[in-house]
Parts: sequence; C-alpha cells; structure tokens
Amino acid sequence: MKLDSKVPSGPIEKRWEKHKFDMKLVNPANKRKFKILVVGSGLAGGSAAATLAELGYDVHCFCVQDSPRRAHSIAAQGGINAAKNYQNDGDSVYRLFYDTVKGGDFRSRESNVYRLAQVSVNIIDQCVAQGVPFAREYGGLLANRSFGGAQVSRTFYARGQTGQQLLLGAYSGLNRMIDEGKVKMHTRTEMLDIVLVDGHARGIITRDLVTGDIKRWAADAVVLASGGYGNVFYLSTNAKNSNVTAAFRAYKRGAGFANPCFTQIHPTCIPVSGGFQSKLTLMSESLRNDGRVWVPRDKARATDPPRTIPEEERYYYLEERYPSFGNLVPRDVASRAAKKVCDDGYGVAMHEVDGQRNAVYLDFSAAIERDGRDAIADRYGNLFEMYERITGESPYETPMRIYPAVHYTMGGLWVDYNLMSNLPGLHVLGEANFSDHGANRLGASALMQGLADGYFVIPYTIGNYLATEHAGPVTESHPAFEAAESEVRTKTQKLLALSGTTPVDQFHRELGKIMWDYCGMARTAEGLNKALELIPALRERFWKEATVPGNADELNPWLEYAGRVADFMEYAEMMVRDALERDESCGGHFREEHQSEEGEAVRRDDEYAHASVWEYQGEGEKPKLHKEPMKFEYVKLTTRSYK
Amino acid sequence: MKIKLNVWRQSGPKDSGGLKSYDIEVTEHMSFLEMFDVLNEQLLKNPSKHPEGPVAFDHDCREGICGMCSMVIDGVPHGPNKATTTCQLHMRSYKDGDEITVEPFRAKAFPVLRDLVVDRNSFDRIQQAGGYISVRTGAAPDANAIAIGKADADDAFDYAACIGCGACVAACPNASAMLFVGAKVSHLAKVPQGQVERNERVLRMVDTMDGEGFGGCTNHGECEASCPKAISLDAIAMLNSELARAAISSAK
Repeated sequence: MKLDSKVPSGPIEKRWEKHKFDMKLVNPANKRKFKILVVGSGLAGGSAAATLAELGYDVHCFCVQDSPRRAHSIAAQGGINAAKNYQNDGDSVYRLFYDTVKGGDFRSRESNVYRLAQVSVNIIDQCVAQGVPFAREYGGLLANRSFGGAQVSRTFYARGQTGQQLLLGAYSGLNRMIDEGKVKMHTRTEMLDIVLVDGHARGIITRDLVTGDIKRWAADAVVLASGGYGNVFYLSTNAKNSNVTAAFRAYKRGAGFANPCFTQIHPTCIPVSGGFQSKLTLMSESLRNDGRVWVPRDKARATDPPRTIPEEERYYYLEERYPSFGNLVPRDVASRAAKKVCDDGYGVAMHEVDGQRNAVYLDFSAAIERDGRDAIADRYGNLFEMYERITGESPYETPMRIYPAVHYTMGGLWVDYNLMSNLPGLHVLGEANFSDHGANRLGASALMQGLADGYFVIPYTIGNYLATEHAGPVTESHPAFEAAESEVRTKTQKLLALSGTTPVDQFHRELGKIMWDYCGMARTAEGLNKALELIPALRERFWKEATVPGNADELNPWLEYAGRVADFMEYAEMMVRDALERDESCGGHFREEHQSEEGEAVRRDDEYAHASVWEYQGEGEKPKLHKEPMKFEYVKLTTRSYK
Repeated sequence: MKIKLNVWRQSGPKDSGGLKSYDIEVTEHMSFLEMFDVLNEQLLKNPSKHPEGPVAFDHDCREGICGMCSMVIDGVPHGPNKATTTCQLHMRSYKDGDEITVEPFRAKAFPVLRDLVVDRNSFDRIQQAGGYISVRTGAAPDANAIAIGKADADDAFDYAACIGCGACVAACPNASAMLFVGAKVSHLAKVPQGQVERNERVLRMVDTMDGEGFGGCTNHGECEASCPKAISLDAIAMLNSELARAAISSAK
C-alpha cells in the first residue's frame, strides 16, 4: 500500500490556493460525461452531491433512510465553527487551525486542518444564502457562542438543532439539483460492495431495501460519505441505522483504514437507565457554557437531593482542576474527569449499573440566577425539554445528570490531501475519513468538516482525478461487477440461512459491552488482549446461534441489521488491534499505562506521531500496519494543557 | 408493568393487513420504541408461535429529530404527549394493564410498505418542486451582509423546525399536507434570501402537493395538535396568503 499524502509544498496559508491552481480541470462540456456515485446524503454526501451536480457532473446519490433529510447529521445539536471573528475576540483562520491541531492532540494532518479552517468562513456564507436560520442578535447580525477547547466565541448555531438546519440547507441544494434532473436520488438503498476495475474504484453494488433488488452501478468515480462507526459500541449517540458497512467493505477491497481506535466519548449524555436501553441521548456540549459540573464532596451524600447540598460541599472538579478552561475543557478531558470521579465513588446516577452510580451533575442554577430563566430558556429551552421528556426531571428545577457516551469516531478510511483513498477514484468525506480531527474532535467541528469536504474540497479535487488518472469507460457487464454482485448475493443468503434462536440484537449488545469495557474510555494492554479473545468467540457464536427471519426479496430490516452487525464484529477486532498497537495515550485514546501523576494523557511522539493505516490481508488474517508520519511544522508538539 | 398491544400487521403493500394482539412486560423507563424492541425479541425467539415474524417499523435517531418514526398510537400520530415524537414517548406515560393500539400513518400519499412502515417520498417530491433558494456553492455574499431582524429570524426558525415526519398528514381527516407545506413555504418566505423565488415556489409546491394526492385543509387543527415540533396552524394561514399573493401577482 502506498501512502502518498500529496500535501502541497510552500507556506501553509498558500498551499490550498496553489494546489487549486496546480490541479487539472475538466472541460465544462465534458463534465456531464462523467458519472459520480455519492454514497450517503448527510452534510458531507448531500453537499457533495449537490455541488458536483452544479458543476455539471452526472450524479447519483444513495442513502439508507427513506429521505436524504434523515441522515444522522440531522441530530447534531450545538453548532458549527467558523473563523469569522464576528465577535472581534481575537479569532482568525490561524487560531482555528491551531486550536484544532492542538485539540486533536497532534495526530491530524496540518495541511488538511489549515484548509478546513480557511474554508470554514465560506461555509457560513453558503448556509446563510440557502436560508439557514442561524441564531441572530437584536441588531440582525449572526450570534455566536463558545464551545469546548476554545477561548473565543466562533460557534454559529440554530438553537439546539444546528445539524437539522444545516442538513436542510444541503438537502435544499440537493433538491434543486434533483429538480433540474442532475442528481438521481436513490433512497432506502444500501451500498453493499465497491467494485474495482484495474485497481480503480469504478462502481458499487446496492440492495434496494424495499424490493431487495441487487443492482450494479458503473461510474467514473465513487464518493463515500457514509459516516462513522460509533455503533460498534451498541450504545452510542448515533442513530440506529448508522453503520460501518460501506467503509468496511471498501477496506476489504483494499482501502486503508486509519486510526480505528480513535473514538470520541462525549461528556454530556443522559446516563444509562437499564438493560433494555437501545441508544444514548446527547445533551449538547453548548450546555457547558452555562452549566457547572459537580459532584458532592461527601460520597455518603450521593443520593441526597442535589439542592440540599450546600455550595461549600460541592466539588466543581473541572473548575478546580482546570482553572483557565474550567467547564469548557475539550471533550476527552471532560469525559475522563467524569469517569474518574464516578470510579472513585462520587457518582450521582439514579440507577446503579454494574454497581456504580455513573453520573455527575450539570447545574444551571447559577446561570438562571445571573441571566434569568427566560434567557436560559432561549438558549437551551428545547434541550431542557428533551431532557425532561427522557428522564422526567426538569433542569430548571434540579441539575441534569450526565455521563459520557460514545459519540463520534475520528478514525476512518485513509485519504490524501485530495480526499482520495489509496484506491484511485474512491473518495471519502466527512466522518467516514480520518484526516482532520486527529485523536480528538473539538465540539462544533464535525459539521464544519462535513460541509467543507462536500462544498469546498471534493468539487475541486475530483476533477483532478478525472482529468489525470481516470482510465476510460467501464460498463456494468464487466466481469468485476459480475463477481462483486455474486459475492453480495452469497453473503445475503448466508445471513438468511442463520436459523438459531438468538436475535442479532443480543450479539450486538454483547459486542458493545466488550468494546465499552476494554476499548472504551480507558484501555489497557491486558484488557485489549482479552477483547481479542472475546470478539472472535462471539463471532463464532453469531454464525451458529443467530436468527435472521424473512426473505431476500422484501423489506427486511433484520437482514439489513444482521449484515451490519456481522461487519461490526469483524471491524471491532481491527479497532482493538489498533488500540493495542498504539502504546501511548492521546486524545480519546487513553492507555492507562501512559498517564501523568494527575491522570492526564501522556503521548509518545517519538514513536507514535503517525497515522496507523491498516490493510486487509484476507479472511481471518491479521491486517498489515502501515504508517503515515504526521509532521508538525507550525503547531509545535507540546503537552496539551487546559489548566 | 403489563401492556396489551394491538399492532397493525401487513406483510407487504398488496396484503390487506389487520390488527394482532400481543401481551408484553415493560418498565416505566423504556421508550415506546424500546417496547417494540422487546416485543420483536419475543417474536423472534418463538417463530413457531409467531409465524408472522417481528414487526417492521421505521426509526433511526431515537432522539426526536430525524422524523423517521411514524406510528399512530391509539388514533394519534406519535401518541398522547404534546410535542413529542414516538421515539421520545416513554412508558411512564402509561400504567399497568393499559391496552394500546398501534397503526401506521395512513394516507393515500403514504402507501404502507410493511407493518408500520410507510413510503413518504411524496414529501421529498414536494420539496424538490422549488422548495429551495437557488444559490450555487461559492456564490454567496458574506453571511453578515444582510441583517435579519431577530423576530423574523425566530419566526423562520419556528417554521424550519419541521422534521418532515408526516404526522400532520396522518392526523388530518383529509390527509392534507398543508401544515408541512406551509412550514416549508413560510420558513423561506420569512427570510430576505427567499424573496426572489417566493411566488413561483409556493405555486409549484402546492401544485405538486395536490398532484401527490394530499387533501385540502378544512380547519380541523388536528395537524397542529399532533405535530411533534408544535408547528402552529399559522403556517397554513401563511400558506394560503402566500398562494393568494402569488396567484394575483402571476395573473398580472
């Protein structure tokens, strides 16, 4: 596997400009002759499909939901970062770049991050022009708020549903192109394989989730924007249909998978309440702007009503341990701190899970006293209502109880500066790729990256591929399509042949428990080695004991799900392997063997300042590790401190 | 607590379907959809007793924003709680011994695919008929070049909060989509960027809405009552006024 990052030379602020000029263009009249398949319709896929169609390409877009508007980007609450400096508080492209590289704990590619910060300003312009109703001040100009890991207010937001509003913007752009006949949209359609011809990605195989039809799609390039793999943990804040299948099947065809162990545990989620729980709900990080995190200093008072605990007996552990960032430390730091106080016995959850009360308070009483209930309702009203609907408690009256949960995955398919994987023609955008967030993503940066990739990067870089490397027409009758389709059919039949008595759901829960216990917020070599024994054993049981009802030629949600869980069970092993191999702590990857006396993550830059890229070696074989060194020319490698 | 569930079972679009009863044990902390997870586990584990198999239902984010979940619960889309999607409805709203009937969203324009799953692509087609602002990527002016008063921006947001679930259609005796279309039209009519295409947009969207087989509004107000995002009936008033305005100006 060749890993050429194709990062341009020269000063970092000129690289993207220079690269845009150096890239070859496709003649406007020729663009319509190129067919591009976009898999996924979230912020990255939706914006890419719309923009590529505007340029004149023949675009087909696929999503598993019944409408592109339902992609999981829709659930993002808090906001989107941009270096607009509308607040005059010292923000700049360079500062956003600096914060993101540092926030990612020095495991991302500087040039990509700089470009992300540069185009961030265009994203806001684009969204406003589409009619996205961002929050505004009384003077009519755009409002901002702060987010974890930053000391400036650069986050744009639309109450607690920024994701939905941005996605509706991208969706409206997509609708406009569908209306003009330039995008063909395929809803309830799942990509089940990618087809390579002479080493280039030249198409996909899909299953129509309503009729069960398996179909071949030949094209000139493929764009994967299929999201992250957080559901490998079963319980996460991801939507139930989010899965790793598209990315994992690309990996099995030879695409390198980078840093799978980098997963983000979000600090502010509603705690687990029972064994039946099907998903976890996030409470936006923006709440930490006004909410103060604490637990009682006296363990014996953990179950007392929080309002009865006097101020001096409250342990505001983030404010005490990190005086300069306080409650706004980055997510990984806040999550580990919450885990530590709960492990130490200070947790305040209503329910015990595995003998622990895993929750801490997020308290708004000081903010309500300071700004008034109305001001707080204006900022967080819908989040407070959501919390109350789920827990039955009102955050206006009593502190929220929160605990970290799996939220986002920084790892993903390896891509170069052009967002192309090592398989020519296969481009990967958004959460599905690995490049911009390093070992930890800062809040409000996922929406920024998805839209940056889709609106402002891929429209330029895909043209360069088509103009320089692309190798002429291919049709669906090519033997490679025949072979891939037959593999997909065999796999489908193998799943339907499962006639045990255990629902697939149960295997997914067990897998999630293994991953959370051994590859979650804190990891050890011993635990990871144990997971490497447990996962294959679970997989073996799955193929013996699971049951999948129904037929291939009908709407069959259990068949879809079984395929995704089967992939997760293979994927989990690679993730654990990566976590074991990365013998350091960085960002969301915390190896207990590597921590300071105060329990902070200790990186080992001399050995691990690289992306670990895994190459598939065949069924049951250990994947091969490749490394792309991460060089830091601008942001000096330092220990991250938020004290 | 024990619940008796009557669930609409329909194997496919051509099957006529019918209600089937199941007894189930739940806890008050479960969400309504988690109850269906538990039910499906029961049905999957005992295929000889339940040859009809598990219940197909649409769901995704399970936090009330994707608009995928779509059950009619005791005759009310998304169930009894105000401004709450099915996925956010919790069993603490019920008591031991309750009997609950669950059916799919019903409308000519939302054909049933299987059990509780319906096809809502007609909503997409309405939005494809001009439900957007024509701005090409890269052509946008600076975001703060146009100031928008907070009141207008807040109004636009209230309409934009629609999650496109279709509860308004399922609740309406006429299966009208006017609350949905009204919300979409009003969001864009409230912001300056939406003015250029304002007339053409409403004419085309309403035309498509009619063509898809949705009924007209006769002011029952069921849509507002069942809307999980509490979109106000004002959206329909606004839609009517936008339509009249566009019709007059295009007649000139």
